[in-house]
Amino acid sequence: MSLVVKDLRVEIATGERRLIPVDGVSIEVAANECVVLLGESGCGKSLTALALMRLLPDGAGIADGDALLDGESLFDLPERAMRAVRGGRLAMIFQEPMTSLNPVLTIGQQIEESLTLHRDLRGEQLAVEVRRLLAAVGLPGERLSAYPSQLSGGQRQRALIAMMLAGEPSVLIADEPTTALDVTVQAQILRLLKDLQRQRGMGLLLITHDLDVARDMADRVAVMYAGQIVEWTTRERLYGSPMHPYTRRLFQVLPSAVRRGDRLVQISGRVPPPDAQIVGCRFADRCSDAIEACRADAQGLREVAPGHWLRCGRVGSASPLPEVKPEAGEGRPAAGLTDRLATPVLELRDLAVHFPIRKGLFQRVAGHVKAVDGVSLAIHAGETLALVGESGCGKTTLARAALRLIEPTGGQVLLSGEDIGRLDGEALRRKRTAMQIVFQDPFSSLNPRMRVGDIIAEGLAALRPDLDAARRAARVADLLDRVGLPRDAAGRYPHEFSGGQRQRVAIARALAVEPRLLICDEPTSALDVSVQAQILNLLADLQREQGLAYLFITHNLPVVAYLADRVAVMYQGRIVEEGEAGALLSAPTHEYTRMLLNSAPGRGPA
Amino acid sequence: MMPVLLWTDGLIFLLVAGLAGFVFVVRRHEHLAAPWRRVAGDPVGMAAAVLLLCFTGIAVLDSLHFRPALPAGPGGDKLGGEIQYAPEVKSLLDRALAPLIEHQEKSYSAPFASRLFIREAITLADGRTVRDFPRLQYGGAALADPDAGRAGDILVRAAAGLAGGLAVWLLLAWALRRPLRRSAARGTILYTLLAVCLIVGALAALAPHYHVFGTDKVGQDVLYATLKSIRTGVLIGALTTLITLPLAIGLGVSAGYFGGRVDDVVQYLYTTLNAIPGVLLIAAAVLMMQTQLETHPDWFETGAERADLRLLFLCMILGMTNWTGLARLLRGETLKVRELDYVVAARAFGVSNTRILLRHILPNVQHIVLISVVMDFSGLVLAEAVLSYVGVGVDPGMMSFGNMINGARLELAREPVVWWQLVAAFAFMFVLVLSANLFADSVRDALDPRSRGRS
Repeated sequence: MSLVVKDLRVEIATGERRLIPVDGVSIEVAANECVVLLGESGCGKSLTALALMRLLPDGAGIADGDALLDGESLFDLPERAMRAVRGGRLAMIFQEPMTSLNPVLTIGQQIEESLTLHRDLRGEQLAVEVRRLLAAVGLPGERLSAYPSQLSGGQRQRALIAMMLAGEPSVLIADEPTTALDVTVQAQILRLLKDLQRQRGMGLLLITHDLDVARDMADRVAVMYAGQIVEWTTRERLYGSPMHPYTRRLFQVLPSAVRRGDRLVQISGRVPPPDAQIVGCRFADRCSDAIEACRADAQGLREVAPGHWLRCGRVGSASPLPEVKPEAGEGRPAAGLTDRLATPVLELRDLAVHFPIRKGLFQRVAGHVKAVDGVSLAIHAGETLALVGESGCGKTTLARAALRLIEPTGGQVLLSGEDIGRLDGEALRRKRTAMQIVFQDPFSSLNPRMRVGDIIAEGLAALRPDLDAARRAARVADLLDRVGLPRDAAGRYPHEFSGGQRQRVAIARALAVEPRLLICDEPTSALDVSVQAQILNLLADLQREQGLAYLFITHNLPVVAYLADRVAVMYQGRIVEEGEAGALLSAPTHEYTRMLLNSAPGRGPA
Repeated sequence: MMPVLLWTDGLIFLLVAGLAGFVFVVRRHEHLAAPWRRVAGDPVGMAAAVLLLCFTGIAVLDSLHFRPALPAGPGGDKLGGEIQYAPEVKSLLDRALAPLIEHQEKSYSAPFASRLFIREAITLADGRTVRDFPRLQYGGAALADPDAGRAGDILVRAAAGLAGGLAVWLLLAWALRRPLRRSAARGTILYTLLAVCLIVGALAALAPHYHVFGTDKVGQDVLYATLKSIRTGVLIGALTTLITLPLAIGLGVSAGYFGGRVDDVVQYLYTTLNAIPGVLLIAAAVLMMQTQLETHPDWFETGAERADLRLLFLCMILGMTNWTGLARLLRGETLKVRELDYVVAARAFGVSNTRILLRHILPNVQHIVLISVVMDFSGLVLAEAVLSYVGVGVDPGMMSFGNMINGARLELAREPVVWWQLVAAFAFMFVLVLSANLFADSVRDALDPRSRGRS
């Protein structure tokens, strides 16, 4: 057994309150095995990893439990010895490749440092080993003298992996190593990790929130919820017959082509806070199958089948869990098909946005970055057009140019047949009611110093000056109802809400001026899957009720398959392929689309 | 007596009126009042506020200026039937501290001393001349034996003063029991008040009979000088900030938000200003202003008016040269904030630039303003000292911490050292700057909705 964790408990002391973000976690990672720690944000998975590295932030401490690396207890080691273990026998890769490399040292220097430190290599031997490591992570040898800023995100993550391999770890911890990367790069990095794990026979503890990534990578999976492991079994068993109600719900909230037209199952409520005093099952309040005993009795992790551990009292008891059936959807109208001949809500004709590159003393224009390079699109009322592409392909610039937040350098933007590209001042302002935008990050999209009511009313105040204060307030209350927020939310500040609730506020703000088109710029990619389901359901409801058209910008293909009527694939500023969602996703014609589809995780182990 | 309104007096009253208006507005709006109630519940913030109020009170008292009527001439006849006014401008504080002004010694004396600090030739009653420390004219004058009975006398008077202070505090506590009932910081406020009352009581009891902080080179009471310096310090800090803020906020935020040409112009301005050494610029401006004032003595009826105008100009010049740092910080922060999604969302609504600046940008950079204002406040009080040393600070006749420190600096090489002037100025400046810092801290925390709930 490479790494064995027993009853790990992490405590954070803040004033009088004592938070227990990790409560009794036990896992094991064998040699040549990949164990995935799966859970939504805030469930304690990252803290578990940091505790194993003994790198917990100030204020947090290991309260109880033990961790054995090759039989040696990590928590008993003095700090000096622990320093040799870190990056040596136990290494860790972090999520953000931008910040985990030192920007003023070359990649080569950073790998060398690791090698001299942990393996005491010098001179010729050192140079040979650095090149071997670079080759192992698939970086060309000349990259040795490159600085991190000269590398792409994927290359940086490779360099970081090379650094971590330098100490020849017996267990490698990877904390969301691909979350910040594009799908195609993610696929490469995941494959690399899996190959390295097999070649070297090391244990890999992969931390992720992505069920699909887990399916591709894991030998065994531990599902975490609110600081505890609720299910712990092999991949085959977990994906074949998940037992814990939470795990089962997680599978159901995932959007996919199969669920098209159905409402997604929602997990009601929120994860209990880490200081909550819960005797029974921590999921009981959100579990539709909870019975009295669930709340009253402490739930231990027990083995319900060989190699299948579960923290749920009802499985295998006298009152087994009922089967979960997805809610029957009301079905969506065959959107847009009937109106296809009508004037589209938004039409882009050869839209181009070129940013000048200025050089030299006199800032001469030396060339252009063609962020958007001749894009033509049309969106009809009640239709969802998904714009798919990787970061840097010009999706966001396209959205902003369509909204006239960036001046397009060429082409036309037609709103219900009228060219708004030449409008100015008051005329443009009046047109702004027709199009609104919802952003990716619900934390930066709401002004932290304004109350939710004022945030929602802002557009009304600017675009509907005819409404008086009372009518505005009534409208805000109505909007809060519609997006499923309590009415008293209007008087509170954004930081009092969770990510999903803030996204609802952002949607309410956009809806306030009664737009016909909503541009959603990755509206769910910063949210947990259970919250994503809620937001997607909300968007679907709004579309059905109001006939809204959506321009849905995303890189998440299952969401596209679930939601979109048509799909446009964008690559380097151009639309390379466009068509009906079902047809395009099942039979892509363009090379790039095929690559995107093949990179998407979730097709099972490689 | 004839009331006199100096320029700086007017500005101080305007400032106080502005604050009062602000409080009035805030009290009428629940969501504005909520964060201030949190300040009111913060013990450290409230203790600092009590001290700041005391300092402001002294500064306001010292700003109520008048010229006392001269006593009618011999025989009670008035010149042409008109009342003649003294050429000297006094303030209410001067009147309250009249004994301190009158008790002028010959030169240095240590705190609580009954004898002068330097030996002098004294002619004894029998005609012999000895060199000894002569007795002070006022300090410990009531003592029969200047050396033996001094400690006892001081203790008795101090005790009486403390008792008086306690009595005043009890009265105050009774008077304030209603407004304080709901404050979480009630205890701290009352303890701070108690400390203030006790100190003031003891000082009030001792000051007429002893020089509590000693006397300076010309024999003037240092306590009096310190109290008078408070107004100068508060003025320099507050007025300069008042002049700095609109410049820094206006230019910095618009440079960051609008970019392009506006940014170029503003950056050009502050780089140019920064390239000229600050002291040089200030010295040049002050010297120009000084010659102007000296060639027109007819502009002023009294010396105080002249000193006052000089102070005002100094504030303006400091303000004109001081805005660059804050403007640069604000420009950077605005560059960051304007790219945030909520600003983009506001632009998608067609919200006007003014409104975006006021509702989205300003509230989200105000913490920088608050912090740097407080930092600058202490910096300005110190800058005044440096400038006074170079001779381009406040009028030499005006009492200020800078002038006090300069005076003390010259005597630090003395053996035994003359320390009390420096210590008194330092102690008062320290308390003033520290309470301003702590209060600003507390306000910043309360105004940030994100910090709510954190304890």
